[in-house]
Amino acid sequence: MSVYIIRRLLQAVLVVAAMSVLVFAGVFMIGDPADILISDDADQAERQRLIESLGLDLPVHMQYLRFLAKALQGDLGTSFVFNEPALLLILDRMPATLELAFSALLLAVVFGIPLGMWAGLKPDSLASKSIMAGSILGFSLPTFWVGIMIIMIFAVMLGWLPSGGRGTTRELFGIDVSFLTVDGLLHLVLPAVNLALLKISLAVRLTRAGTREVIHQDYVKFARAKGLHPRRIVLVHVLKNILIPVITVLGLEFGSLIAFSVVTETVFAWPGMGKLIIDSINQLDRPVVVAYLMITVCMFIVINLIVDLLYSLLDPRVRLQDVKG
Amino acid sequence: MTATADVKELKGVAAEAPLAVKDQTPFRRFLSDFAESKVAVAGFFGFLIIVLIAILAPWISPTNPYDLATVDILDSRLPPGESMMTGTVAWLGTDGLGRDMVSAMFYGLRISLGVGAASGLVALCIGVCVGLASAYFGGRVDTVIMRIVDLQLSFPAILIALVLLATLGKGVDKIIIALIVVQWAYYARTVRGSALVERSKEYVEAAMCLGLSHNRVVFRHLLPNVMPPLIVVGTVQVAHAIALEATLSFLGIGLPVTEPSLGLLISNGFEYMMSGKYWISIFPGVALLVTIVSINLVGDRLRDVLNPRLAR
Amino acid sequence: MASNTPTLLVEDLKTYFYTKAGVAKAVDGVSFSVAKGEVLGLVGESGSGKTVTGFSIIGLVDPPGKVAGGRILFNGEDITGASEERMRRLRGSRIAMIFQDPMMTLNPVLRIDTQMIEAVQAHDKVDRKTAFERSRDALGQVGIPSPEERLKAYPHQFSGGMRQRVAIAIALLHKPDLIIADEPTTALDVTIQGQILYEVQKLCRERGMSLIWITHDLAVVAGLADAICVMYAGRIVETGAIAQVIDQPLHPYTHGLIGSVPSHNRRGQPLAQIPGMAPSLLNMPQGCAFHPRCPRADAKCLEIPGVTTPRQPDHRVRCFHPHAGAAA
Repeated sequence: MSVYIIRRLLQAVLVVAAMSVLVFAGVFMIGDPADILISDDADQAERQRLIESLGLDLPVHMQYLRFLAKALQGDLGTSFVFNEPALLLILDRMPATLELAFSALLLAVVFGIPLGMWAGLKPDSLASKSIMAGSILGFSLPTFWVGIMIIMIFAVMLGWLPSGGRGTTRELFGIDVSFLTVDGLLHLVLPAVNLALLKISLAVRLTRAGTREVIHQDYVKFARAKGLHPRRIVLVHVLKNILIPVITVLGLEFGSLIAFSVVTETVFAWPGMGKLIIDSINQLDRPVVVAYLMITVCMFIVINLIVDLLYSLLDPRVRLQDVKG
Repeated sequence: MTATADVKELKGVAAEAPLAVKDQTPFRRFLSDFAESKVAVAGFFGFLIIVLIAILAPWISPTNPYDLATVDILDSRLPPGESMMTGTVAWLGTDGLGRDMVSAMFYGLRISLGVGAASGLVALCIGVCVGLASAYFGGRVDTVIMRIVDLQLSFPAILIALVLLATLGKGVDKIIIALIVVQWAYYARTVRGSALVERSKEYVEAAMCLGLSHNRVVFRHLLPNVMPPLIVVGTVQVAHAIALEATLSFLGIGLPVTEPSLGLLISNGFEYMMSGKYWISIFPGVALLVTIVSINLVGDRLRDVLNPRLAR
Repeated sequence: MASNTPTLLVEDLKTYFYTKAGVAKAVDGVSFSVAKGEVLGLVGESGSGKTVTGFSIIGLVDPPGKVAGGRILFNGEDITGASEERMRRLRGSRIAMIFQDPMMTLNPVLRIDTQMIEAVQAHDKVDRKTAFERSRDALGQVGIPSPEERLKAYPHQFSGGMRQRVAIAIALLHKPDLIIADEPTTALDVTIQGQILYEVQKLCRERGMSLIWITHDLAVVAGLADAICVMYAGRIVETGAIAQVIDQPLHPYTHGLIGSVPSHNRRGQPLAQIPGMAPSLLNMPQGCAFHPRCPRADAKCLEIPGVTTPRQPDHRVRCFHPHAGAAA
């Protein structure tokens, strides 16, 4: 087990290193960084001074090492637009994004799994067919399009819910969150639903496929032969078998929720990291872009690692193999 | 030899099965299987119409939305059904610059589909070559390629596109590059998977023993057998590519304003939506939706029909 | 042992599968009865409908399958059209079933105690502790050492034979009137097979339970059953007391089956085999389903033969040309 963890950690470090090279090459090597980093109205002397202070006169590999050394110290550069450290800027916006992503994940579990089980248990009923049609739509529709439609229906036409922003926030452990106030919660509903839609569809599909497979297993038939109540068969025998893989996949999707929050945040003017990165790309605020990409990649790798480890803890079969091996 | 035997066996099975219709070519059988789903047929014809519109856009559009001589700012934000200054009726209204929405959408479809198809084709070619090489040569080549593929697929497409566009900037060529990079790995993985299964079969070994060249074995023997899964993945990927391009353009980091795809049209209309001018955003949205859904319906059906595991 | 109402009476049972490719008549007019304490062997090749017969009795035929006709009387009660709730109350408590593959019958993600306690509590309102004790005792009875500890284990920590013992223990929890055992030893090693066979037989005899033993292995049934039904393509082709059928088979198919079992009496001779394959249920031969493979078939066999008793009244056969006095 510990060998496995160490191997996974090494892999993760390798991926982060590879990504740092890519991001560095992408952002700093294409085009003349001096043009991007130094404002146009700087005169020749000042330009020269800045180039030296930024290390742009050094050979490429030295520049990369400098970038890496600074990055390890938590210095990912300073935003041109906000004139603040890029890292702080992003960490400041991160809670809003995480709140949105967690809410979406919760919705996916709470709605996706029961709907998927229903569709798997009664595949020929009208309700199941509607659920599956809905999930195909959920997969097909681009997130931003659904977001626009949701805004048009619930905010513009019906006027039930606000169309953008976080609403009133309240502090929890030093972080501002929306879900503790009624106003904040109302602001959270539409973006969370929007972001969750794709994952609900995924959860429905996974759960349905899992249910269809499990209900034809001998152990379910044996459970019926024992005279168990159908409710117990579904809620214990079937659910417990499909829950592990479904939760694992949904956990892995958490990273993609953070990536897709870029879209939802833009549509709903949600002040998270996603909106920041789009603004930064459009304003050519490259240090922020680099910082965002590095942080997101690291988050991804950590999430994958955690889910992998959790999976091996959850499934008794995997657990035993590890003990034996 | 084995292939002929297989065919004979298949024919024998078909003849024995009581309800199987006899004397059908594989293609006709595929067509009748496909047509069993009415929804999929509808999706196919929907897609056909969309492709025709996209190709014929310059000839069937009521106006040329990019001809500055005819576009009049006074026509801007006309609701659907009103006449423009030139006398043409804007059946779906006009946008913020006074362009007829029908024409703008026709041209937008052209760009959206063009970008999707171009990136899909290149990605397909790259993916097929890489996947076949990986499966055929195996060993270290395979390990390295599949590591890269797995790594890339562990990140969501939108994040990779974001990385690329953040570094490359806007432009038709750049978004096509980004979409190719995003997609190739799916093709490579699919092709490698099915090619590995094929490769382990005896007829490929036989072909290799006969001393046929690499190219011949790969392209004449392996490639035809990986086509079915490739077609399914290809259909789904084109839909993905179109959706992703629309998303990126909507975010303002995809296509430049001079090349307005559906995504950009929707984005342009978004700002007017709060004031109730729904048509500028909604109609291109519906066009995008119909495109993606019809491709996906076809793809879903193809998956059912071409999947040997589900074959009846 | 015989009482007036048999534990199980099956009359003209028809279980059909309504598939896209046509109606598969998996069970097509099967009748038999099992008296209290009697062991009935249900013998046939795979696809002969023996397993479906078992599932029809316990009411667990999966769609597209359906009991399309006939009656099943359990202790005199017609359970053919019984409500799902009535069937649930019977299953596991009055009628228990043991499945073929012990690797598949226990839920892999639930501990053994969970799976046994729920079986107890499904029919008896007892607390967890009592249910646990009953489960432990049941495990002990089927020969599982240190049952208290083993209850805490997951199925994958058991061998195949042990799992089948657990399944048998679960079947025995409520002392049912009837146990349907669907090839419970087929998936096991030969040595384990013998043990399980012996134990099931012993437990049934001790408790006066009726047993239907479904198998393709005539040798197993010969040493175990009181009576035997031989099934072929959804119909019972021959039925009678075990000695009658084994010693003097009437139906050519039974004859062939017995001929294909290795025996001391015929050492050195090649084993006989029945030519051809069992027919597809979707594409049944006309008339007697066995006639394409039958050495005695003639034009008459294109009609469906009725049931006759050419020799003894309780030894029935469905054949125009039974081995009348030929055997033995």
